[in-house]
Amino acid sequence: MTETVTVRVQRYRPEEDTAPWEQSFEVPYSEDLSILDALNQIKDQQDPTLSHRWSCRMAICGSCGVMVNNEPKLSCKTFLRDYREQAAVTVRALDNFPIERDLVSDISGFIDHLETVQPWLIRSEEQPVSAGAYPQTPEQMQRYAAFSQCINCGLCYAACPQFGRDPAFLGPGALALAQRYNLDSRDEGAAQRMQWLNAGEGVWSCTFVGYCSEVCPKDVDPAAAINRGKVASDINYAVNLLNILRGKDDA
Amino acid sequence: MRRSHEPVAWSLFGAGGMLLAFIGPGLVLTTALLPWLAADDPQATHAAIGALLAHPLGKLLVLACVALPLFHTLHRIYHGLHDLHLPAPRLPLQLLCYGGATLLSAVTGWWLLQV
Repeated sequence: MTETVTVRVQRYRPEEDTAPWEQSFEVPYSEDLSILDALNQIKDQQDPTLSHRWSCRMAICGSCGVMVNNEPKLSCKTFLRDYREQAAVTVRALDNFPIERDLVSDISGFIDHLETVQPWLIRSEEQPVSAGAYPQTPEQMQRYAAFSQCINCGLCYAACPQFGRDPAFLGPGALALAQRYNLDSRDEGAAQRMQWLNAGEGVWSCTFVGYCSEVCPKDVDPAAAINRGKVASDINYAVNLLNILRGKDDA
Repeated sequence: MRRSHEPVAWSLFGAGGMLLAFIGPGLVLTTALLPWLAADDPQATHAAIGALLAHPLGKLLVLACVALPLFHTLHRIYHGLHDLHLPAPRLPLQLLCYGGATLLSAVTGWWLLQV
């Protein structure tokens, strides 16, 4: 007889459920079975009404984030074999986001925060295409390379207790992305982004819990990015104070 | 978006942390342990510390070593209580933590001027 594992899946269908509930499924076990494979097995073979997001199956698209036994994980990158010691595997929608249906979260608040920090190259004057690319040395690229690995999966937001308490907090992903562009030698938009970093909802809501960096599936280390953002905001504060003392406007 | 004034608290917190990390162990060694464990003449050590406190730079050093770690510790406690979901409004806690650090620093400064 085939060995099976119990997978407890959070269900929530807004048209018929008043609150999320848990449903157990028995899934045939194999060494290489990921949580995503298990969810697809359930949807294809047992209950076609189950809703979950996924696309690439290789930790690039960032759409399959869920809570696995209370930890934010990419379901494609998490394997049932690592939970063999435990009686069951529990899968639910990402913490800190409203649930749309079953395992599907509404991450629009997170997407809005990403757009707030203007995550693109800002130039005071765009050079014409004929002038060629903006050159950059490997050393200059290394300054921001780690922060550019983000796949916008939202696991760091599910991990962040500050975002959970105040959704206005820009959060780890957006602040790491702001840092990624502020550290880019081709970018001239740091002054515009600093106003967001300087705010209470910017870097200063972070109390350096550090769980965001622990759960990040791409080793972006958003906690380090935020702390570097704090240094930048600190210097910005002192410069602004000096400017006020010299009679300039409060920026 | 309004600029946060947290950089003031964070700078003091950072300075206190750096100071503690770099010279905290050395201070404990030279002022608390060595006079008792290694020095031949504890009274001479006491006099040396007294001479340090008599010099303006010595006073400044001791003030920095007391005031900055105070701000460091109380800043961490303030945010730690927030992380522990202490159901208290922010302002009284801020007054207690940062006000407390300011008051104790002022007392230290006053005492140093008396030495």
